[in-house]
Amino acid sequence: MAEVFWPAQGSAALLGGEHNRVDGLAKSTGVAKYAYDIAPDNMLIAQALSCPHAHANIRAIDLTAAQNVAGVVAVEPLKAEGDEVRWEGDLVAVVAAESEAACAEGLAAIKVDYEVLDHYVDDADLDAATGADATRPAGSNTQKADADAEEDAEFERLFGEAAVTFEADYGIHVITHMCLETHGSTCEWNDNKLTSHLSTQNVSGTAGQIAGPLELTAQDVTVHCDYVGGGFGSKFAADAWGVTCAQLAKNTGRPVKYMLTRSQELKNAGNRPSGFIHVKVGAKDDGFVNVWDSSHWGTNGPSGAPVSQNFIPYVFDPPNRRRVATGIRTNSSPARAWRAPNHPQCCAITQTAYDDVARHLGLDSYDVFLRNLSTVGERAAVYEEQMKLGAQLMDWKAKWHPHGKGPKDGSVVSGLGMAIHTWGGGPHNSRATCKIYPDGGVEVFLGSQDLGTGTRTVIGLVVAETLGLELNQVKVNIGSSEYPASGPSGGSTTVGGVSESTRRAATAALNELFAKVAVQLEANADDLEATGGKIQVKGNQNRNIAWKDACNQIGMGPIEAQGEYQGGVTYPRDYEGKRLTDNGVAGVQMAEVAVDTETGIVKMRKFVAVQDIGLIINRKTARSQIYGAAIMGIAYALFEERIMDKASGAFVNAELSDYKLPRMGDVGEIVVELYEPESEYNRGVIGLGEPPVISPGAAISNAVCNALGIRVPVLPMTPQRVLEAISAANP
Amino acid sequence: MKEDIRQELRSQTRKRGSGFNRRDFLKGSGAAAAATALSQTAGVLEGSPGSSSSVIGPEIQQMTLNVNGQNHEVRAETRTTLLEVLRYQLKLTGAKPVASDASCGGSTVWIDDRLASAGSTLAVECAGKKVRTVESLGGESPDAVPQAFVNNDAQQCGFCTPGFVVAVRAFLDANPNATEEQIRSGINGNLCRCGTYANVIEAALEVVKGGSRG
Repeated sequence: MAEVFWPAQGSAALLGGEHNRVDGLAKSTGVAKYAYDIAPDNMLIAQALSCPHAHANIRAIDLTAAQNVAGVVAVEPLKAEGDEVRWEGDLVAVVAAESEAACAEGLAAIKVDYEVLDHYVDDADLDAATGADATRPAGSNTQKADADAEEDAEFERLFGEAAVTFEADYGIHVITHMCLETHGSTCEWNDNKLTSHLSTQNVSGTAGQIAGPLELTAQDVTVHCDYVGGGFGSKFAADAWGVTCAQLAKNTGRPVKYMLTRSQELKNAGNRPSGFIHVKVGAKDDGFVNVWDSSHWGTNGPSGAPVSQNFIPYVFDPPNRRRVATGIRTNSSPARAWRAPNHPQCCAITQTAYDDVARHLGLDSYDVFLRNLSTVGERAAVYEEQMKLGAQLMDWKAKWHPHGKGPKDGSVVSGLGMAIHTWGGGPHNSRATCKIYPDGGVEVFLGSQDLGTGTRTVIGLVVAETLGLELNQVKVNIGSSEYPASGPSGGSTTVGGVSESTRRAATAALNELFAKVAVQLEANADDLEATGGKIQVKGNQNRNIAWKDACNQIGMGPIEAQGEYQGGVTYPRDYEGKRLTDNGVAGVQMAEVAVDTETGIVKMRKFVAVQDIGLIINRKTARSQIYGAAIMGIAYALFEERIMDKASGAFVNAELSDYKLPRMGDVGEIVVELYEPESEYNRGVIGLGEPPVISPGAAISNAVCNALGIRVPVLPMTPQRVLEAISAANP
Repeated sequence: MKEDIRQELRSQTRKRGSGFNRRDFLKGSGAAAAATALSQTAGVLEGSPGSSSSVIGPEIQQMTLNVNGQNHEVRAETRTTLLEVLRYQLKLTGAKPVASDASCGGSTVWIDDRLASAGSTLAVECAGKKVRTVESLGGESPDAVPQAFVNNDAQQCGFCTPGFVVAVRAFLDANPNATEEQIRSGINGNLCRCGTYANVIEAALEVVKGGSRG
């Protein structure tokens, strides 16, 4: 019998190696087909009209002129008369036409009569929001070392006995997901069956979302997505535009492509909530934070929720803390899950305060983080080891200087900062089917998707490892709702889910094959193993049969076996001390920056990321994901933000030329260290998408603060904000 | 080192002229809007003094586009972008629609051996010119640049990748011995959201060194 659990560390043939992704050449030569690329013959182009007002009621929509534009085939309202529009850029009508230009001309001919209403968009100013009646309480929570003490008096006493006490403000603005492939789909009907080529993180979950409104069953809808051009948490749903595209294709009897424009993407299809905090901190003279008292706020759009108070302060949990959360309702599109929901913001607005403890006490930030590890819970020892590794890679001790006390090179000062993070990354539910054909071919089928994380390659590696084959001998089929269902790719849940279901399916298929060849090998099926393209008797390499010859014994094929993972139901998570997957990681990041005090420009010099993720399946793509997370973190630390105009309520920088992102020359040197001691390897596979994107905001802010000796309180740290902070400190 | 690149850019700018004539302005201001403007003002342009190009359209044009060495007979309105023709008529979808204002390099192609944004170029402008797309670097024996992208995992979601591959190929054609510093400062017209820059730099360096680290 083939063993379902992973081989011991160091004994795997493929797992943990450096493997090129299997679809790399398809992507780099432009032949990989995304939803945006699917172009059936006779296809119509659909595009939507955006509302120019932040808040309005629709009095009337007149589509007549648009219907008469040459090349326009269909025009549909997306809002009814009397409907309320709650943010600038919301979609009000859609045109399907023979070409993009005809579509644009049709959209320009739509006449909408709006009753413009008052709006509110300022999420940074709590007083202004209170004045505008745009706030709502979002919970509060207190913990005291002395549970019986009277709350206010106890906090006053604790602050009184602290070696250092300070009050400060920190913040991080809303950013957007900015998927380079905008949201949307290409839809085609055949015999009353719909195929939606949807740009999605969720092929198995979206067919039903499209079927319902169209009064179909999910069996009549196939969602297909071989490649998706970015998701980051914003592409879990079919969305209204996904349904509209299918409806337009049905109404016109022609395939329809309906993708959002760039500005519509930014204004409608995903943003990350803001976070602002006012905090009073009391620490001991060794930097231990003993008391924390904070009020934080922010917006996620019209419903008005801030980031969760559960992560305030982030990772660290001081013995005495009080936290109050307030949500702000704004006329902006609803937030969507953005990599590691809540974590990056909470890290950025609280681990900056921990760094300011070091600044106020004149201590090394590293020592203050180390001193407070006693409050982080079960992974304190992992953090400590990762901090040591990070410090070596950064050469922290040699480069460190107290905040603001480093040498000045002309107008340029440099500094170091760090932050730590945590995430779950346990598996989502997943089913896999593995087929072994009489000619030796192997295929695996999962209703999963590869967002660019390398999922397709990881699945192939698991099958190949299990069957003793090479990666190129396995055909991986994902990206269709017709395959066995897998969960949506979010929350770093994919790699655990698909690797466990795939491992179980491939192991079950292999055991069936063992049963077929046992007689020929004069052995018990339980005593066989698959390795190096052969099936052999364990411990006796001479009694073997080549893979192809073994598969010839299958007879009427193929062998077809299923494997699945269902959270806490199908299999025990921990079986005889072994497991395939686990949940929960740490992670430490350090940044070195140079700040020009005359221009306010911050330059990344070096960034170090140390990350544990349990058992690593593909070292090469794992490292890529961490590089990517670091760069996305540099983006929100220094460059990107949604800018809302208070007067008009408009999102004014919703084009790529105005929405600043780092370019290749902006990211500096990035060093990635995969932390995989045997103790972590033996935990099994854990997801990676979220954790490394959490710490960069705080780490880079702390580095800027260490360079300048003053805090730039709000991210992104644009030159303007850096110069404002410098002049505020030197009035 | 950086100065070499700046000089190259300056000389390229001189070769092109100032670039700020009316047609270039329209081209740069968003393809759909520009296309509409061109078709609506055709009569005005025809009679305007100093206009060197003859005015065609707005009716559908029959044109021959030479793409990747092959001639294609194409019918398109004068306001149709090269990107739309490549993607939806010729099914060459390597060039991507990412920005509407040519600010991210997603639709980068060669037109007569110069880099251009297919999304902000009209198809009619390309008649009689040689268009080359990322697909020309693929096939049975792919070019060293896309292979280096694979070896160095210089792609994640991959939507920006074809634009980067073209940009890196063109940059290395002009600077075959580029240093890491030159690569970092020389390929800033392209945007990636997943964060592949570190790996793109490694891929470009591998091509310079002529090695394969696969």
